[in-house]
Formats: sequence, C-alpha cells, structure tokens
Amino acid sequence: MCLGVPGQIIAIDDSDRSVAIVEVSSVRRRINLACVLNDAQPPESLVGGWVLVHVGFAMNLIDADEARKTLELLSELQSFADEQGMQEAGIDEIR
Amino acid sequence: MTLSINDHTLITMAHGAGGRAMRCLIEEVFINVFGGEQLLRMEDQARLDMAQLSSLGDRLAYTTDSYVIDPLEFPGGNIGSLAVNGTVNDLAVGGARPLYLSCAFIIEEGIEVGLLRRIVEGMRDAALRAGVTVVTGDTKVVPRGKGDKVFINTSGIGVIEHGVNLHATQCQPGDKIIVSGSLGDHGATILQARGDLALEADLQSDCQPLHGLVQLMLAECPDIRAMRDATRGGIAAVLHEFATASGFAMRLHEEMLPVKPEVRGVCEILGLDALHFANEGRLVAVVPAKHAEALLRSMRQHPAGQDANIIGEVLDKAVARVQVATALGGERLLEMPDGELLPRIC
Amino acid sequence: MRYVDEFRDPLLARQLLDRIAQRMRSPSLKARLPVRIMEVCGGHTHSIFRYGLESLLPEGIELIHGPGCPVCVLPRERVDDCLAIAAQPDVIFATFGDAMRVPGTQKSLQQARSEGLDIRMVYSPLDALELARKNPSRRIVFFGLGFETTMPSTALTLKQAADEGVSNFFLLCHHITIVPTLKALLDDGDVALDGFIGPGHVSMVIGLEPYAFIARQFQKPFIVSGFEPLDILQSILILLEQLANTEARVENQYTRVVQPAGNRQAQAAVAEVFELRERFVWRGLGEIEHSGVRIRPAYAAFDAERVFDLPAGRGEQGEDVHCGQVLKGLLHPHQCPLFGKVCTPSTPIGALMVSSEGACSACYQYKRTEVL
Repeated sequence: MCLGVPGQIIAIDDSDRSVAIVEVSSVRRRINLACVLNDAQPPESLVGGWVLVHVGFAMNLIDADEARKTLELLSELQSFADEQGMQEAGIDEIR
Repeated sequence: MTLSINDHTLITMAHGAGGRAMRCLIEEVFINVFGGEQLLRMEDQARLDMAQLSSLGDRLAYTTDSYVIDPLEFPGGNIGSLAVNGTVNDLAVGGARPLYLSCAFIIEEGIEVGLLRRIVEGMRDAALRAGVTVVTGDTKVVPRGKGDKVFINTSGIGVIEHGVNLHATQCQPGDKIIVSGSLGDHGATILQARGDLALEADLQSDCQPLHGLVQLMLAECPDIRAMRDATRGGIAAVLHEFATASGFAMRLHEEMLPVKPEVRGVCEILGLDALHFANEGRLVAVVPAKHAEALLRSMRQHPAGQDANIIGEVLDKAVARVQVATALGGERLLEMPDGELLPRIC
Repeated sequence: MRYVDEFRDPLLARQLLDRIAQRMRSPSLKARLPVRIMEVCGGHTHSIFRYGLESLLPEGIELIHGPGCPVCVLPRERVDDCLAIAAQPDVIFATFGDAMRVPGTQKSLQQARSEGLDIRMVYSPLDALELARKNPSRRIVFFGLGFETTMPSTALTLKQAADEGVSNFFLLCHHITIVPTLKALLDDGDVALDGFIGPGHVSMVIGLEPYAFIARQFQKPFIVSGFEPLDILQSILILLEQLANTEARVENQYTRVVQPAGNRQAQAAVAEVFELRERFVWRGLGEIEHSGVRIRPAYAAFDAERVFDLPAGRGEQGEDVHCGQVLKGLLHPHQCPLFGKVCTPSTPIGALMVSSEGACSACYQYKRTEVL
C-alpha cells in the first residue's frame, strides 16, 4: 500500500504551520513538512531538497547520495554478471 | 418590471416561461452572439438546402451529445466550446465534414447572464473556428436545485464524401495505431480546475475541432481503417471499442505514449492512469502499416496533430483485449476504465 | 535526479533480470524451487502488475500478494459503520478515494453517495480539516484508514484540530499495523513462504527493527524495498542471494528513503495520538492481536467511535472465508469458487477484488494476460 511520490521543495508557503510548496513532475501542491523538520531547523533550510510525499505530508527526506549509490551498484552488475556467467557456464560444462 | 438584462442579471424561471423575458434573453444573449440568418429568421426549425448537402458527398452524418461539466469554465475552454467541439469531432471522426449544429440549453435558475454570455461566446468562437453554423436552438430554465447550472445538448449534421468508409470492424493485424496528440490533458485540467485536490499546474484542455486534421489524414491515406475521438474513458475506452469491434487484440507501447509532464504529475500524485483520462481534441486512428509513417509526418504539419505519434499496433490474436508493452519489456492488460476515476493513496 | 525514471531504466532492469536468472541456476536454489516470495505491500503488487514484472521473472519464482492493502482487509461491518455515520443529517463524511468502492454489508460509500449522503473524497486528512473550518455548522468525519505510513498524517491533522480548537472535526480511526499481521501469518505454520519483500513506505516510518523477529525467529529473509521496478527486482535478487547462502536477514534496499530507525517525528506524533487496540478485525483474516490503533483518551472529543452510535453486530461473514486463505497464500485466487465467476473487478464480492492491488484483482488481470 501507500502511494508515495518523490517531490522537490520549491518554496516555503507558511513557515509557522510548516507548509511548503512541493513540485512533482511540474505539478505543485502545498505539503506539510512536520515529519521532516526538527526543532532546530528552519523550514527554509529544506528548500531545494527532495521529499517523499504521501497524502499531503512529506514523510521523509530523500537521500541523494544513497540513491546514487543504489544506481551505481546496479550499473556495476553488468560486468559482474558477465564474469559470473562465464564461471557458471564453466561449472555446468564440467558437470 | 424592467426586461432589459445585463451581465449581473440572474436567470429566473421567467426567462424560460415563453414570455417577454425569454424573448429578451434569447435576443440579447443567443441571437446577438450567434447571429446567422437561420437564427435571425426565428422560425421553429432550421431549413437546410438539400442540393448543397448533396453536392458535398453521398451520406449525411448525424450525431448528438449532451454536455455536463464541473467546472463550467476551465483553462482552454468552457462548456460552450466543449459542446461545439465535441459534436464537431463526433462527426469528423466518421470522415464527415461538419456543417450545422443545433444547441439546446437547460439552465438552472440563479446563474448570472454574464456567465451564460461567456458560454455562448465560447460556442460562437468554437463554431467559427470549426466552420459550422448553429442553425437552431432551445432554452429551458429549471428551478434552483433541479439542475447543475447549465447543461447543453448539441446535435450536428455533416456530409461524408463518396468513398470514405471508416469502421472499427476494419482493423487488421499489423495495422498501426496513431494518436493525434498528448494524452489526458483535458481530464487532468478538469481535475485540477475543480480545486478540491488543490493541485497547481500549467495545464490546458485540449478542447479543439479535429475535422481539419481528419480531412488532411483522409487525403494522405484514404485507406484509414477506423477513427474515434478519445473522450470519456480516454484512449483505453477507444482501444477496447476497436478490439471488440474488430475481434483483434490491440497493443500499445508505453514509451511511445505522448504524455505531458504536468499530466504525468497529476497521475503520479493521485495514482491515476493518463490512458483513462478524457480528451476533447484527440483522435485515435488505425491505419495500414505501410502508410503509417507518411501519415504521421503530414499529421504533424497540422496544428491539431503536432504531437501525433504511432503508439501501437493491431495484433494477430483473435481476442478482444488491449495490452500495454512496458518499457521494461513486460506486458500488462489495459483495463476498460471503471467509471468514476478515484484517486488512490495506496 | 528525479528519483523516478532513474529507477525504471530498461537496461538496468535487463541486467538485474539476467542476474536473477543466473542466481536461480545456482545449485542451492535449484534444490528448493519454487521460491515463494510474499510482497507484503499492495503498492508492490501494483508495481509488479503495472510493469509486468511477473512475466519477466524466470520460472521458479512465485510472487504471493500479501495482506498490505488496507482496502482489501477492510471488514464489511466497518463500511457499515461509515455509512451509519454518513447518514447523520449534519455530517459530511470524508475519506480517500480508495475506500469508496469497498462493499459493505449492503452497499459501498459510492452507492450511498448516489443515494444522497454527503460523502466526499479528499487527497489529504488536512483537506478534511479544511472542510471542517469552512463548514462550521456541519460535523466533518474523516475516515482514516491505512498502515503506519498514513498514521502520522492523521495524527498530525488531529493535533492541528486540537491546537486550533476545531470542534466539528472527527476521526473514525481504522489504522492498522502490519507487523502483528505478519507475525500471525507466520505463526499459522501452514504458510509456505521463503521470504518477504518488505513495505518500503511503512518502514520509512517504523524503521527496520520491528521486522527483526522474522529473520531471527522464522529464518526468513526480509528485504525492505522501494516501489520502482528496479527496486523490486534488486530486492528479489538480494533475497535470492540470502537464500542461496542460507542466510536470513532484514536488509534495506530502499536506503534513499528508509533510515534504520525510521522517522522519529512521525513516530512521536503517532504515539501521542494513538494507542494499540487489544485486537482488531481484518477482513479475511479475522481478529489479530494488537493489529490496530485507536485514539487516545486525551483526544476522545475527536473520536468518532465515541461520539457516534455505531451499529452493533460484529463478526466475519462466511463468504469471506476464501479471501483469508488467499491472503495467507494458501489458496491461489483462481482456486476460489467465486473467482472470475460471480466475483470480478466490476462486481467484487470479496475485498481482494476491489482494489487494483488486491491479490484477486491483480490475478484476474494477470491470468488474462497469460492467455496471450
């Protein structure tokens, strides 16, 4: 369950109520930031960052570094897969 | 009591009662805006010249549609332009040249004359653009609470040229499926314009006449098998109609579907599918494969076909079904839309 | 990076699929085919169906669609509660679009709306609160359903209502918790599963720790996964690798969104407003201990369960017995005597047919694709 959509915080709409304007594929909506703010942080510090949006709330910040790491890991699969493929093919032949 | 009306006048039951108030409304709003000799004659019926009709083709095309929409005005049009273009397009996708329209208004007591005038102006402008004439009409007023502001019915007459035969039954395996532009603009615009979802985007309805494009297509490729405008139910509904009528499965390719970022955004946020969204100025055509590329090139020369694309093909499978090949190489079935589009959270 | 298309890349998907196929050929996996993986969350079911992933996976991998679809486990009697509240003349009943088509004992909210009840769809619980501000003479009841992902939004909305003293806003709370249900499923013994694709968005709220017992006590790999096709394929690969190495760990594939401890602010909001119910009824699964939350006494004034009279009479309907077996993975949807005959997506009898991510609805569509 739980449709969650990545969106980018493009502005703060209402600092007191922690409401931001978040853009998802060129569509903007007011989104509540209460779940991704801590007391020490002004909402403005989040502008430009990406959040996971669910039912009008930003439920978590999206970690760009982690996203990149995941994709890099997947890109490396190819060369690894080729190697393994050859090895396993070899094993099958021996059997 | 004064009978003169201005834009702030509210429509009352008197404006539908057949008396002087009604006369005043019809003259001030409808006839003033529409003009045209047929309407000016104020007879109970339009009289159409048969010799002229016969000179244009060998069959009459005749269609009717009723228009209800919330909100009445939206980016890219209003219920008036919708009521003209919708009926023009129903004629056009049969290969007909649209000529004459009737229009019947059901007006709820209490709306402002100004709104009504804007709607009628929307109709007039759309009719001018489409080259059709509104030749006869009717207005009724219903008490407050018995309608939803304005309902419009239009019927249209057009002429089909000799030799033009578009039928969904003619779709053959191998034929290509072409769509004339981006998908779901109208549906997404209306969802946004209702305001209750509080979405903001630079969306505009695709509401426009298609007969110019259709005539161009028929000139380029007289063998076009079938054509529909993809209104309610989106292209999903049209392709199901093609599949059912022809008995062959239809396959779309996801990466070829033209969808604007804004429409995609609305779909992602609400968990909906642009293939189910209504369009008001998009047609889907099935054409023989050998003509598809040339046809596409000429469609893209036309303002109503700039974003046209080949989106799929008719499969050699005798089963009425619509499939989507995903960009990943998987396949899924495209369901007939369920009726009301319900936003999802899960 | 926009965090969507990057994770739908066809080339990378192809590579992952090759790698999965290769992994399936390893001797330790060959010996235990088929590998039965439950995707807990309906969102995964939806993506799997949407991208046709099942048709791309090599033979020997069986995906079991789990209970993580809040609409599918919504009891008929709960829909009746909604209808009883919505029938009060001064009530505006607000809920998510998902709940509209779920059949109650007699009818759905959608049908009741066509009969004249004031039932509205909202995108966010905050929109329901806005309805309350705009309609001071009406009572606005928001039907809050969903798992831990959705709980914080309802909790924060209720806190806002309390802070602002909005006295005509009420919550009918039907929030459910996934972990006790997974435990009940595993305790059942006769559930044959090799591992789980874990719910990414629930996990971004609750973190990874709550699943530890699944790996420890039941020796099942549990891979918390994102919802894009690459996420799901990578999670399947990770799961297969654990199985091949006879490991069983909780692993986080969705690191860009899920932190190990979850979201503390969200957890705090939930803890302030809600408390665990002793037990809660799930459609098809019956009563499960600690599987739902209710509103704490401090917020009693907003609690629709206390403010409104709800119809008496609870208990499972006999005809739903098959839904439970399907939810547990004991019965294939098409083995149910009602499947595809009287129970179809356009005429759903069981809730698994209602939502497009319900196991039966997904299977109904998939089965028909398979006949290609």
